[in-house]
Amino acid sequence: MAGYILKRLLSAIPVLIGISVIVFLIMAMIPGDPATAILGSYATPENVAALNEDLGLDEPLVTRYFIWLSNMVQGDFGRSFALNRPVLDEVLERFGATLVLAGTAFVLCSVFGIAAGVISAANQYGFGDKAITFVVLLGISIPSFFLGMMMILIFAVNLRWFPVSGMWPIFGDRTIWVLLDHLAMPAIALAVVATGVVARLSRSAMLEVLRQDFIRTARAKGVRENSVIWRHALRAAMVSIIPVLGIQAGFVLSGAVYIEMVFQWPGVGRMLVDAILRRDILLVQGGVVFIAACYVLFNIAVDVAQSLLDPRIKT
Amino acid sequence: MSNFLRLLARNKLALGGLIVMGIVIFFALITPLLPLADPNVTNTADRFQPVFSEGALLGTDHLGRDLLSRLMWGTRLSLAVGFAAAIIAATIGAAIGIIAGYYGGRTDNIIMRGVDMLMAFPYILLALAIVAALGPGLLNALIAVAAVNIPFFARNIRGITVGIANKEFVDAARLAGKSDASIILSEVLPNVIPVIVIAMSTTIGWMILETAGLSFLGLGSQPPVADLGSMLGEARSALITNPHTSIVPGMMILIIVMAINLLGDGVRDALDPRLKSGALSRPMPATRVDRKGPIPEAEGDDLLALRGLETQFHVKDRVYKAVGGVDLNVRPGECLGLIGESGSGKSVTALSVMGLVASPPGVITGGAVYFEGEDLVGAPYSKLRRMRGKRVAYIFQDPLATLHPLYTIGDQLIEAVSCHRPIGKSEGRAHAVELLRQVRIPNAEKRVDSYPHELSGGMRQRVGIAMALANDPEVIIADEPTTALDVTVQAQVLTLLDDLRREKGLAILFITHDFGVVAQLCDRVAVMYAGRIVEQGPTDAILNAPAHPYTSKLMACVPELGEGRRRLEAIPGLPPVVDKLPDGCAFADRCHVATDACRRGEIPLDPLSDKRRVRCIHPVSDPATEAAQ
Repeated sequence: MAGYILKRLLSAIPVLIGISVIVFLIMAMIPGDPATAILGSYATPENVAALNEDLGLDEPLVTRYFIWLSNMVQGDFGRSFALNRPVLDEVLERFGATLVLAGTAFVLCSVFGIAAGVISAANQYGFGDKAITFVVLLGISIPSFFLGMMMILIFAVNLRWFPVSGMWPIFGDRTIWVLLDHLAMPAIALAVVATGVVARLSRSAMLEVLRQDFIRTARAKGVRENSVIWRHALRAAMVSIIPVLGIQAGFVLSGAVYIEMVFQWPGVGRMLVDAILRRDILLVQGGVVFIAACYVLFNIAVDVAQSLLDPRIKT
Repeated sequence: MSNFLRLLARNKLALGGLIVMGIVIFFALITPLLPLADPNVTNTADRFQPVFSEGALLGTDHLGRDLLSRLMWGTRLSLAVGFAAAIIAATIGAAIGIIAGYYGGRTDNIIMRGVDMLMAFPYILLALAIVAALGPGLLNALIAVAAVNIPFFARNIRGITVGIANKEFVDAARLAGKSDASIILSEVLPNVIPVIVIAMSTTIGWMILETAGLSFLGLGSQPPVADLGSMLGEARSALITNPHTSIVPGMMILIIVMAINLLGDGVRDALDPRLKSGALSRPMPATRVDRKGPIPEAEGDDLLALRGLETQFHVKDRVYKAVGGVDLNVRPGECLGLIGESGSGKSVTALSVMGLVASPPGVITGGAVYFEGEDLVGAPYSKLRRMRGKRVAYIFQDPLATLHPLYTIGDQLIEAVSCHRPIGKSEGRAHAVELLRQVRIPNAEKRVDSYPHELSGGMRQRVGIAMALANDPEVIIADEPTTALDVTVQAQVLTLLDDLRREKGLAILFITHDFGVVAQLCDRVAVMYAGRIVEQGPTDAILNAPAHPYTSKLMACVPELGEGRRRLEAIPGLPPVVDKLPDGCAFADRCHVATDACRRGEIPLDPLSDKRRVRCIHPVSDPATEAAQ
């Protein structure tokens, strides 16, 4: 097992390098002098010269890439001039908030998506199936930002069940209950689309499995129907559901940007949008690489989970 | 194509989506011709007019601009951007995919590596990075959304192209001296275009949503021009005081995306052959029972008796009569062989006993199954479930498919017991080991923790038998348990079953297509053809003197080891399709003694002697007349 994890981690290295190359190339598309673009309104001749020296901006593209890469490996993601602090500090601080939001949404979409898919498949063409299919269709069609706005209107403004926005109250203690109170609406709004996707796939994966011979064997043994569905069929269906959960993790992680804007959540997505509008290029660059790297590592965790679940995968 | 459209039209939801989309596109196209207010003229005196106010049907926004006009123009812009992004992504993605798939080798390798890298990014993140580099703006948002969707198209199209590039007609074109470019354009592309269109129909909704999202964040269309996303983004600050300015564009996005999704689902379903054949419908826990006509009485004191059992498959408007009135019976300690070709209905007969025929499409339409004198057909599911595995157990063919791949065989054996009576962990394990020993699996203590894929075919079959024995059942129904095994293992498994029968007094219903197996194991044999029993009697008697022409032909198909004096024969023709059974004898068309009388009316299963019955008016050798002579 440890060997398998190590092998997967090693195989992530070329992917991480590829990601850094892609981000670097995208950022190299910025027209004009890079130092001036990065510094923006802070671009005095002295600042430009200093930055050119720091990042090797006068060097050819390839050299520049390796300077950037080696800095990053040493934990130096550059400096945000607008915020006047190291990029990594800002990203790490914001990433915590995003992780809380996206992590909760991921748990919600996994649990409810799979449950809805299984119930739907178990009652195929029944009332429950049709109701779930309709709700799922609505869920995958509604823009999450619009849903979030409507939730604020209904549940925060009219019903006053939840706070309108933010992660913490301006005054008062920062307890877990206060956090959950603030988290409920954004997490649900973020989870809805992913839940729909997971439910759809779980339904079809379950239908595929329920026709297999080993399900008939379970029934012939006298296994209770609930156990046939939730133990035998779902376990086998998970093999094709788990990779989709990995994709959905990327979806909630990056889709959090809309929800963070709507609910004023102090996450890394909102940081990126603000940085883009401010043209704070080093912050965007560092933030994108950081999030993408986290996603790659998460996908390794998904692979490991898959190998634990399926003894047929050679570890 | 017309067939496809008909299928699509049958799907009411997809049709609804198509109509809604048609209306939206129509209005988007004629927007410039409509007498609308200028969408960008501000009039702060009339800001935030409510819906249905004078001169502004949908009210006005925070700058007093007419919302209806902005909605129409915004929809037009959103649709245009979404479609443009889809076309750009599809064109570039398909080009990359075709090149990678057509040339293969290193080109393919390098391109697909790059595509994989792009797919390693969380979707929206990549779009944000591109917009960050190019700067906010609608055109840049369009480029970003198209770019992040390219890998999806490239990967799909590559897969299809690889399949086409190896086809004969491409080879032929190459041999004819055509250039690669002209082969791609004239041979590959026409075959790929339908796939591109389908992929577009399922992703265009996403692309509209994503461009709206970027505009919502302020990274797409810039004021004063607005698409639906930026309308929503601008309205956000007035969400609480004037929600209608948010609801109007938001609902429009929802309607468009939902219509496209409905349509996309319809397209996908119409093209999925599995859906048409009903292969994606879920089997119910017990076979559906819909008995018409009188239920036959139980007779005799058999342990298990089938009386006039009829099982059909209802697929669309066709009815396949898989089992057409079968009578069978077994007593304790007896082994009854049920023999017939593939598709003769023998497995369906066996599965009907405990209601295990997949349903839909299976339906039990008549007859009865008596176990200890009690009818099981139509018995409540809970009762069937308690009997399954406990009193009547099954052994299936091909144990790799019939054992759960992800549980150890120990867990599966323990479960066979624990679903009928509570059993402790250590007791269960001991029982599982004991069962494995009973079926003579060596090293049972270790094997109990193996997964099915770690065992050989013969071992897996023994596990299947062990599982059937777990609760000491009274009847075992074995459905071709030795077919997938080689001859030596087959002999071992048969000996094992025979021993168990003698030791425990099991009644066995043994289904096979192999007369050798029948001779070795069965006391009596029933021959099945096209869903009916055509001959039944003691094994020796039937093997020595088959009465039905079908039985004798079937036996002539079996090669005899070492003797070789008899000609090995094949039966000409094919068994009839059971949704169009002929009148009279179903075998008549393949029978060398058939007369006109054979093709008329019902031919009964008549007694031939006190133990034998045959459904034939020209039995091959009539033991009764022979005895009389």
